[in-house]
Amino acid sequence: MSQVVETESRASEADPSDVKGRSLTQIAWGRLRRDKTFIVSTIILAFFLLAAIFAPVITGFLGVDPYSLDPDVLDPAGGKPIGPWGGASWEHPLGVEWGTGRDIFARLIYGLRISLLIAFSATILVVILGTLFGIISGYARGWVDASIGRLMDLILAFPFFLIILALSGTMTQRLTDLGVPEGNASRITYLILVLGIFGWPYLARIVRGEVLSLREREFVESAVSLGASTPRILFREILPNLWAPILVYATLLLPVYVATEAVLSFLGVGVLPPDPSFGAMLGASTQYWTLVPSYLFIPGTLLVIIVVAFNLAGDSVRDALDPKAAKR
Amino acid sequence: MPADSERVLDVRDLQVYFPVRSRGVFPRTIGQIKAVDGVSLHVEAGKTLGLVGESGCGKSTTGRAILRLTQPTAGSVELNGTDITNLSRRQLRPLRREAQMIFQDPYNALNPRQTIGSIIAAPFRIQGVEPPGGVRTAVRELLDRVGLNPEHVNRYPNEFSGGQRQRIGIARAIALRPKLIICDEPVSALDVSIQAQILNLLQDLQDDFGVSYLFIAHDLAVVRQIADRVAVMYLGHIVESSSREELYKRPLHPYTHALLSAVPIPDPEAQTQRERIVLGGDLPSPLNPPSGCVFHTRCFVAQDRCRTEVPIMRDMGQGHLVACHFPIEEQRIGEVIHGPDSGLTAPLEPEPGYFSESITDLGAVGTTRLDSANSTDEGI
Ligand SMILES: Nc1ncnc2c1ncn2[C@@H]1O[C@H](COP(=O)(O)OP(=O)(O)OP(=O)(O)O)[C@@H](O)[C@H]1O
Ligand code: SF4
Ligand SMILES: [Mg+2]
Repeated sequence: MSQVVETESRASEADPSDVKGRSLTQIAWGRLRRDKTFIVSTIILAFFLLAAIFAPVITGFLGVDPYSLDPDVLDPAGGKPIGPWGGASWEHPLGVEWGTGRDIFARLIYGLRISLLIAFSATILVVILGTLFGIISGYARGWVDASIGRLMDLILAFPFFLIILALSGTMTQRLTDLGVPEGNASRITYLILVLGIFGWPYLARIVRGEVLSLREREFVESAVSLGASTPRILFREILPNLWAPILVYATLLLPVYVATEAVLSFLGVGVLPPDPSFGAMLGASTQYWTLVPSYLFIPGTLLVIIVVAFNLAGDSVRDALDPKAAKR
Repeated sequence: MPADSERVLDVRDLQVYFPVRSRGVFPRTIGQIKAVDGVSLHVEAGKTLGLVGESGCGKSTTGRAILRLTQPTAGSVELNGTDITNLSRRQLRPLRREAQMIFQDPYNALNPRQTIGSIIAAPFRIQGVEPPGGVRTAVRELLDRVGLNPEHVNRYPNEFSGGQRQRIGIARAIALRPKLIICDEPVSALDVSIQAQILNLLQDLQDDFGVSYLFIAHDLAVVRQIADRVAVMYLGHIVESSSREELYKRPLHPYTHALLSAVPIPDPEAQTQRERIVLGGDLPSPLNPPSGCVFHTRCFVAQDRCRTEVPIMRDMGQGHLVACHFPIEEQRIGEVIHGPDSGLTAPLEPEPGYFSESITDLGAVGTTRLDSANSTDEGI
């Protein structure tokens, strides 16, 4: 424990220039900026994120697009791409698809776009639901806490993949009936909702535990003794102390959802052709990868890089926000 | 004590019981922790009441119940003549500015995610008070008043030492000029050198604003420096209370004698005279308090009557109240503890081995557990 020697003179008057103050967030940020793993993984992620966001611009610049068929680069007999590496050429930097001649590079970054859209949206949904239920559960306690607890048990007891596969058809149709555009828009919405609804209980448990200990902290009592309203206590006193665990959980959840999305579209629940996706590309590659290894290699590598980069960045964030290390 | 003296706080027969529930799907109440069991006390305007007792005896719970941070099970709390025991949250809100609290642990008392400025501004914001000159000016003045640099409003608690944090907590507590501040062991977590500074600050503030304190401590040494009146608490009960001079000069309750014997006395002559009384056993569980006098399991003058009959609070003159069937006058103390079979005394600073030996024969008297005057070992 720190034994700070305090003199009778004004506290730390020695450094009048440094009156700005450093919050825990700023301290964490300072640490992250010195963390090489974090910097490298963030640059990689930023690169892919930008590629996903500006996919139309990039493909337009290269003169490719993910949908147009190009029979010229295919062997008329059997549809095999002409040339090595899946027909890689200046026009098609990463080659073309077997049978259709669609550009792999364009499909890859459009697939990335959809994948990240689903992962980010589902994570945001999890953060909202998990934080809300976690705070309510931890602060209200009593029967509210018990009910939310049972609800979470119920959700966690569900065989997630089975449900997601079984309900895919009907629920996608429901969404279309509710006004979500038909086809992949409905399918993507379904995925986001299902991932979010099955994902929040884990975060809610973490948040609840934090709230249970935070509410006993004396600064909360102090706010109560001043007559603070419950919303003020929840959102001004408690919530700011929850961002660290929430952020850590979210950064580690994102790669899980990127991978889950790939698995689901591999299983046929996700995005349907002609729209591209990692899972579908990997799925298609199983037929041809002995002939054209790059079909498996390219989306597989990209997936691994993204998942690993997210995990490393998440670990760094967790270390930087560690309150034990924050005590100087 | 003039009869018409204004009482800022008047607590009568306060009880705080915590139900103990069984685990499981349908929890049942299987017992009650009698954390506070019939406490009456009052604090006069501009004065300090010291509340002293061992760890776990219910001091904090008393303080929290007074501020309605815990709902009292029974009894009444009057703040400035208003009974607040059963007021709704809404009714209570405007009264909250009259009473504030300073907490024991300066590391938990301040929100780590808020700047010092917004922590000290919170009382104004929450209560909707616009001080003359604005909140920012008021915050700077408060920082200055408690001896901190007003330039540091934008800093966060993690940049301050324990003593400085306690000053910040004090600034927050005095912001709305409350009539009463409950100080829950405000210096227990601090270095001895810093304790005195904080006590001086509290004393200065009292002199300036006439604020009253309910000052909670676990030993009589700290209270001696600041309290006008002292109440001694044991297992949810007040066992003795009187003016400070009277209590230190003429303690009556056996428990007070034991507490006092643990206090180092500034006067070296007196120190040699006073012998350390060591209580056997631990504080009994408030879940199942002893019958009769709650102190009888550890009392060195207990008799049969103590096991069955609850001692009522008696006035022994000049407002010196004691709840004991056999109060010990100072002249008797030597004879009591030096009785033929007592063996209960020891020099003030005994060798560790000394006790374990002399105590084993006694059976009833176990290892000693009296909070010592110096509390630095509690951690910071
Ligand atoms: N919320 C609660 N629920 C159950 N029991 C409680 C609760 N708060 C306090 N207690 C119990 O009430 C008793 C008195 O506790 P309290 O904190 O008031 O003691 P204290 O005199 O302040 O001790 P310390 O010097 O350690 O602060 C203890 O036995 C404690 O375990
Ligand atoms: S009443 Fe009896 S047991 Fe209680 S303190 Fe007095 S003498 Fe001891
Ligand atoms: Mg306490």
